[in-house]
Amino acid sequence: MALLQHGALQPNNWRFVGDDAAIPVDEPVTVSLKRWQAEGESLRGRNAPVGVRLKNDEAPQALGQDVHRLSLIEVEFPKFTDGRAFSQARILRDKLGYKGELRGIGTILRDQYLYMTRCGIDSVELPEDKSIDGYLAALKEFSAWYQPASDGRLTVIELRHPANANARRGGAPVVTASVAAHSA
Amino acid sequence: MYRYDEFDATIVRERVEQFRGQVARRLAGELTEDQFRPLRLKNGLYLQLHAYMLRIAIPYGVLSSRQVRKLAYIARRYDRGFGHFTTRQNIQFHWPQLPEVPDILQHLADVEMHAIQTSGNCIRNVTADQFAGVAADEVEDPRIWAEIVRQWSTFHPEFSYLPRKFKIAVTGAQDDRAAIRTHDIGLRLVKNDAGETGFEVWVGGGLGRTPILAVRCRAFLPKQHLLSYLEAILRTYNLLGRRDNIYKARIKILVQATGGEKFAQMVEEEWEKIKDGPLHLPQAEVDRIHRYFAPPAYETLPDIDPAFETAKLEHPEFARWARVNLVKHQVPGYAIVNIALKSEGGVPGDASADQMDLLAEVADAFSLGEVRITHHQNVVLPYVRKRDLFALWQRLKPAKLATSNLGFISDIIACPGLDYCNLANARSIPVAQRLSRHFGDPRKLDEIGELRLNISGCINACGHHHVGHIGILGVDKQGQEFYQVTVGGSSKEDASLGKIVGAAFSEDDIVPAIDTIINTYLANRTDRSERFLDYVRRAGVDPFKEALYGSAPARRTAAE
Repeated sequence: MALLQHGALQPNNWRFVGDDAAIPVDEPVTVSLKRWQAEGESLRGRNAPVGVRLKNDEAPQALGQDVHRLSLIEVEFPKFTDGRAFSQARILRDKLGYKGELRGIGTILRDQYLYMTRCGIDSVELPEDKSIDGYLAALKEFSAWYQPASDGRLTVIELRHPANANARRGGAPVVTASVAAHSA
Repeated sequence: MYRYDEFDATIVRERVEQFRGQVARRLAGELTEDQFRPLRLKNGLYLQLHAYMLRIAIPYGVLSSRQVRKLAYIARRYDRGFGHFTTRQNIQFHWPQLPEVPDILQHLADVEMHAIQTSGNCIRNVTADQFAGVAADEVEDPRIWAEIVRQWSTFHPEFSYLPRKFKIAVTGAQDDRAAIRTHDIGLRLVKNDAGETGFEVWVGGGLGRTPILAVRCRAFLPKQHLLSYLEAILRTYNLLGRRDNIYKARIKILVQATGGEKFAQMVEEEWEKIKDGPLHLPQAEVDRIHRYFAPPAYETLPDIDPAFETAKLEHPEFARWARVNLVKHQVPGYAIVNIALKSEGGVPGDASADQMDLLAEVADAFSLGEVRITHHQNVVLPYVRKRDLFALWQRLKPAKLATSNLGFISDIIACPGLDYCNLANARSIPVAQRLSRHFGDPRKLDEIGELRLNISGCINACGHHHVGHIGILGVDKQGQEFYQVTVGGSSKEDASLGKIVGAAFSEDDIVPAIDTIINTYLANRTDRSERFLDYVRRAGVDPFKEALYGSAPARRTAAE
């Protein structure tokens, strides 16, 4: 599988290692939450990055402050109708303050890709031969947002009331190209 | 009423283009029907027995005359000249062609309408009291909050792939006309001891296969926290709601399994963490939306209008219509007018394109250009001067829009049933038509008094049969259409679920069975002041069982 990240299809050099398999010494790997909780110390002692693959029914809060020690967290979309990972992603970003790479794996439909990015997912796994044109186009299908999410985009309410938004965002002026375009 | 600003308009326009692209991908074969299905459902497009059905949102039931004219245009141009108003303040067109759907959406966008999230496992069209802003018993106008919820729920990135559909209703009145306890979330504007207005929050209601009434999740929620509290409920549900069984996926099942108190506690814990974050509603935004719902410039009028009084004396039929279909207005000299889409022998909730045009015309002439759609599948003119009532009635009558049966047995709620719907087990429409003819005599209606009769063509309960005073449910018995009857349901503030009277009836027997139920009530009520619902609550189902099935034990059938 390849990765759609930063607007392009990239090779994926990460590997998920099952709970019973041996951990390679110098290769980036993700492991289950269970394995991370059991072997976190030794996993961090390696010379390669480590990440965690969260199952759909695992609470991200179980990682606690460990999120700051991880280079990658994967959340799963086992089928398009299962939207739990959207909430897991938001908890990782907004509540736990996770700043590393957050990857969506599983069934990644172009029509859900925008929502994934809004929830803080910044890379997704796709087949190597997949055309990404549709995915990139999907990101541009909307230009205004009603809800605050994990992508930091200004909401419609903030654009309607810039003074409030300035206060909320710590005084940084809320005037962007998008505001200018809308008020033009 | 609310008007789109540049942002609202942009979002709806971009949605039309997005859907146009999705339809093009389907027509070009880039998407299979299976892949297209979730995409079209998010936009209210169903594939039914004969054709696609497009469900269009009428947020909290409010329409301008311009929008009504557009619906009439769509009915003529893209359908077979009519539309069907639903129990969730939507309108459905049952005959659109797939390639034309994007154009229909463009027409809708031109008048600030859409079909966004009218289906699919997402937050559906927000509904509210149809008398919002004009009802005499109102604490505060729910439309402001329904609009705020509409915007927040539109394309919510986190809550668009929920375990199951999610319905929110808002009321601001004592008398619950929004059926909040049958919704996933019901919001009721209340005043606390300090005199502040906030929300009483109900959660976990729903009909369908497992009807459950909502439990109170919070007694008082300060208004500025509405969205963070909703987000806390939705996040809890999105993470923990069941996804292994479609019939157990609604939030009502989660609330029941968790226990109401425990569920409320989980929501509170989540809410505490987010309530002062970016979802905290700025007063400036509340004020901005509030301005759209400012009361119109009412005339100062005497509450008693002599011309109206005279017309009633001279025209008994008009007097009856006025007695049955008018509701007290907040402002003296004005009335709230109910227009029943329940003509004798008609299809409940259906309106022809010509009728829609007439509704737009009378709305312009008599009701400041505004109409409302009710969850009872009727239409409301919210701002009519009493002195205009007779002229209005004269315009409505020839168009079969002056039926005087509001709240009576022939004011039937019915889903489209097996005539259209691929989920249905039985037809609803012919049963509704026969009942409306059987109980067509106004004297008979008056004698029976207040009675809500609801019909669903299957267990999914789109016709809200569980909460009808009398409920009829279409069931399939060895390939035959049968009808199971319940009594004692209510969707109001005294909400309750109906109880089954016994074995289901055949198509031929259903109208006589309802007749027997009515006669049992009439023969046994203490007096006219004991409504049908009161009688059922006092006497239970036994008198009906006895009358319907005799003393022999009711036959057990698979349908039960």
